[in-house]
Amino acid sequence: MDIPRYWRLKDQRYRLQGKKCLDCGNLSFPPRLVCPKCKSRNYEKYFFIGKGTVYSHTTIYQAPDRFDHIAPYSVGLIDLEEGVRITAQFTDVPAEELKIGMKVEMVIRQIYEDGPKGPILYGYKFRPVISV
Amino acid sequence: MRKVAIIGLGQTPVREHWESNLRDLGVTALRDAMDDAGVDTVDGVCVGNMLSGALSEQEHLGSLIVDYAGLDGVEGMKIEAACGSGAAAIRMAVKAVGSGLMDTVGVVGVEKLTEYSGKFSTAALATAADADYETTMGLSFVGINALLMRRYLYEYKYDKNDFSIFPINAHKNSIHNPNAMFRYEISEAQYAKSKHIAEPINLLDSSPIADGAAAVIVCAQENISQFKGKPISILACEVGTDTLALDNREDPLWLKGVERSVKKAYYLADVKPKDIDFFEVHDAFSIITALSLEASGFAERGEAIKFADKIGIGIKGGLPLTTGGGLKGRGHPVGATGVYQVVEAAKQLRGEVAKEVQIENNNIAMAQNIGGSGATVITTILKRIV
Repeated sequence: MDIPRYWRLKDQRYRLQGKKCLDCGNLSFPPRLVCPKCKSRNYEKYFFIGKGTVYSHTTIYQAPDRFDHIAPYSVGLIDLEEGVRITAQFTDVPAEELKIGMKVEMVIRQIYEDGPKGPILYGYKFRPVISV
Repeated sequence: MRKVAIIGLGQTPVREHWESNLRDLGVTALRDAMDDAGVDTVDGVCVGNMLSGALSEQEHLGSLIVDYAGLDGVEGMKIEAACGSGAAAIRMAVKAVGSGLMDTVGVVGVEKLTEYSGKFSTAALATAADADYETTMGLSFVGINALLMRRYLYEYKYDKNDFSIFPINAHKNSIHNPNAMFRYEISEAQYAKSKHIAEPINLLDSSPIADGAAAVIVCAQENISQFKGKPISILACEVGTDTLALDNREDPLWLKGVERSVKKAYYLADVKPKDIDFFEVHDAFSIITALSLEASGFAERGEAIKFADKIGIGIKGGLPLTTGGGLKGRGHPVGATGVYQVVEAAKQLRGEVAKEVQIENNNIAMAQNIGGSGATVITTILKRIV
């Protein structure tokens, strides 16, 4: 059970909230307390739009316990338009159609259920761009 | 800094050791290394281990192993750096002895990964990655390496089957290592039809989950005459780090942790890549062998496979790799692996491996242990003492 973790990360999982350094303008996702570029601790919240391109992808056949029931599923690295790369699952696309360079957008989907009696946990996944 | 040497070696076979627990594996390797060195006690013990808490419900390994090894009252602590835990423990011993704080330190890397189902261990191994942003997205540890391999294939236009050169070589060598888990050859055809774990990584790209323990005794080089073991000099044992999460790296195909670690190690040892006679590379996955050869300065970027093909990575080649079978053929008991690598390299330098895999006229060896997807990298350079 990791409800506190999910509650704590809700702005990241639902709204792609990272940080913008007020001294050098560097954008971070996940949010960091220290700017990796200029080491400043002077930050404001920054919300990424959630559009990007596929940097790499994989389809997982042997999954960790918690994700075993949905295997095979696809996970990738996505280069967001703002210049930050994140890790996310893909949805609404067959594995064989995924390609490096494909345009994708963020949607909210179920990530996993925390056991039969636990909460259903949601967060970002990415799908091929269908909205214009 | 005092010069530091390895004066004793010990290892258990890498297996699914259902009959042995962590402490018995660890104590066996440690006492074997102490017997090899000819010592009945040490000033301290460094235990390299990653998953004793998750998979054996046992932490506090330092005092546990000291207690069961019959070293009552000796200082012992566990060192953790994911799959780099073993060499990280050696690094701590080198610091302790090099600084003069201690004269003789036992290092034991120990791991048990077969207590639970493979899926449970897969989840535990994924704790090497970023729990909030990688693992909870469903990414397995194999998956992280698969992302690297996919991008590598895309950027450098290799055929996936070109990677078979590394596991085929590892298995060719592990046949002659009695402590290796897999003692049979594999073919290109078997590689090509091997099942996917996380596409494009297949089963024969992947080192197996296993149990085992390996140990070395580290002493001051000025004291080697006090021991009966055959000494090997540690010229360098240096650490480089990088971001924990793969997605936070601007250029994931360049392992900056490797570059940082080897730069320091080459400088301290006063050697260049061409001086290295053989290399115990961290072949947890075939792609990591390629990326390590490049960031370590052996091959140009994107050229690791061509380099391996050209120079020869077999026993008689220009740069023999994984002479004891590597992680792929020997098996990968994660927190023990870094110590197994150094034990193998030291045995090669001592001239104590099977004649089929003994490299003639070897003098300088390098072993590299990688934690996570390259977030902690420890490069050890060893030399014969003539």
